[in-house]
Amino acid sequence: MEKFQTLTAIVAPMDRANVDTDAIIPKQFLKSIKRSGFGPNLFDEWRYLDHGEPGMDNSQRPLNPDFVLNQPRYAGAKILIARENFGCGSSREHAPWALEDYGFRVIIAPSFADIFFNNCFKNGILPIVLDAAAVDKFFKAVETTPGYRMTVDLQNQVILIPEGETISFEVDTFRKHCLLNGLDDIGLTLQHVDDIKAYEQKRKQQAPWLFN
Amino acid sequence: MTAQTLYDKLWQAHEVRDNGDGTSLIYIDRHLVHEVTSPQAFEGLRLAGRKPWRTAANLATPDHNVPTTDRNKGIADPVSRIQVETLDQNCTEFGITEFKMNDVRQGIVHVIGPEQGATLPGMTVVCGDSHTSTHGAFGALAFGIGTSEVEHALATQCLILKKSKAMLIQVDGQTDPAVTAKDIVLAIIGHIGTAGGTGYAIEFGGDAIRALSMEGRMTLCNMAIEAGARAGMVAVDDKTIDYVKGRPYAPSGEMWEQAVANWRTLVSDAGAQFDKVVHINAADIQPQVTWGTSPEMVVGIDGKIPDPMSFSDPVKREGAAAALKYMGLAANTPMNQIMPDKVFIGSCTNSRIEDLRAAAAIAKGRKVASNIKLAMVVPGSGLVKQQAEREGLDKIFIEAGFEWREPGCSMCLAMNADRLEPGERCASTSNRNFEGRQGQGGRTHLVSPAMAAAAAVSGHFIDVRELQIGK
Repeated sequence: MEKFQTLTAIVAPMDRANVDTDAIIPKQFLKSIKRSGFGPNLFDEWRYLDHGEPGMDNSQRPLNPDFVLNQPRYAGAKILIARENFGCGSSREHAPWALEDYGFRVIIAPSFADIFFNNCFKNGILPIVLDAAAVDKFFKAVETTPGYRMTVDLQNQVILIPEGETISFEVDTFRKHCLLNGLDDIGLTLQHVDDIKAYEQKRKQQAPWLFN
Repeated sequence: MTAQTLYDKLWQAHEVRDNGDGTSLIYIDRHLVHEVTSPQAFEGLRLAGRKPWRTAANLATPDHNVPTTDRNKGIADPVSRIQVETLDQNCTEFGITEFKMNDVRQGIVHVIGPEQGATLPGMTVVCGDSHTSTHGAFGALAFGIGTSEVEHALATQCLILKKSKAMLIQVDGQTDPAVTAKDIVLAIIGHIGTAGGTGYAIEFGGDAIRALSMEGRMTLCNMAIEAGARAGMVAVDDKTIDYVKGRPYAPSGEMWEQAVANWRTLVSDAGAQFDKVVHINAADIQPQVTWGTSPEMVVGIDGKIPDPMSFSDPVKREGAAAALKYMGLAANTPMNQIMPDKVFIGSCTNSRIEDLRAAAAIAKGRKVASNIKLAMVVPGSGLVKQQAEREGLDKIFIEAGFEWREPGCSMCLAMNADRLEPGERCASTSNRNFEGRQGQGGRTHLVSPAMAAAAAVSGHFIDVRELQIGK
């Protein structure tokens, strides 16, 4: 996993609540057996005017000019601001894979769906929860200021905005540690092999039917 | 000893170690695997030179991509076919039991786990699918995971988790006989919202929940995720134990007695403290129909589509307006005037035998209305299909004009050939009415199996009780 330390980038807005993982990456793209290459199909049904299928040359497809990420002012954005319950629905990790492949490394919203939130951390994306009023301020700033950028500093858990303000955010200790160092948590868990084996021995005595 | 919730007990019994940083290493008893979210996890194992920690803890089946029509022809879509073949190859390579596409035991993972007794009370059950919450109906801790966690569970038999908060949703009193588990859970989601359960594990309790069959409890827990909760659960009682008894993967003989004694403890203790308690009055719940693009956009069949202007929260107001535009519906339309084009009875929410019986009871002696282009019934597993055929339900459906299909996820998410065309409206027993869920531009109304069958034979949504009178 790629490390995340600090990032300064253009901010793009996704101004609707309950953006679900079917919208983030429609089901036809879930047929891939790879974990890369989903970026061109991020928000496919909103982003293009035609119907997308795997294997199409996406550069030849008609773009929806009304879709926010198609506006030139948000080209190169790596930070996405969103509304309540972002990433609800399916557990498909293809959703953070698509966001990451497109270029997003930070998503800021008042709330996230649990599974999506967890999946982001496994893929080098930092999801940040801020209160709805703070997020709303960002939406207004992004709308009125073309090229609006911010800096996200994970080590110090702060967001620096052009107005000069510093906004702090919360992140779990373990997830922060993994993200800062780009750690694969399977490797971390396998440091506890003896604990897992001891648990299994004890559990076999208590609940042998689970090991049939 | 402090009074514990069911969730506390399940957590404690599976805690391998407290990592001291707010997370714990939690042991996983059962891992269900399907073709969509597993290929990258198996590839990860191969790249790292790892093997499954405990092969027997895994059970696999293809469900999302499989065709529901003639299976002898194989899978027409080459991309779908490769995904199913990849599952077959991975299961062979790693020695994992798989019910392949043409095995009678194949079906939707969340139907076959309980059907086989592979889901047992007190287990931790995971799967790379958000509707894994279904298995919580057995007093199990069951939740969906992403592909990275699929790989983690395969490699270590554990997951690194942060304990959720505990919520009790108490549904007091009795429902009207026509009100099903689906209506109860849609009413709950309408009440607490699709993010109402975020950060919580939900236990469903109360007389109306105790009165539900195991199939009903599975429907209920299945949609806990639609209320934002990763896990939903119901305490163990006689119904749970009776359902499990004699199933292929269930313990037997002396071990059965030992297991039952343990399972009897899988209830929240009197006086256990929940972080949040929600009370719902069962008698207030009507048969439900969704009108928008989020499961919380739901009303009783006796209701009307709300006016977006009636929402005080601007985000909700804009959400409702956008939903009505997508759905091609106007505010204040009575729900019973809405006419679907297609009817889908199936999915991990509502494809079990009881669901098919409820739909067949309405379809019997009636005909699918002329404005319905397609009405299809997709059983949850090959064994559900066999059972239904033994009971003659297939004949009832076929005579009424429904199509009787092979088991799989089908038009719940349209990864196979079953899908809505742009603008088509569907009465669906599935779990998500998101934009494009059943096909790009498709419009989904979530309902119970009886309500779906009633819409099919009436040509519009209708209170199922109007068709039950005089029966």
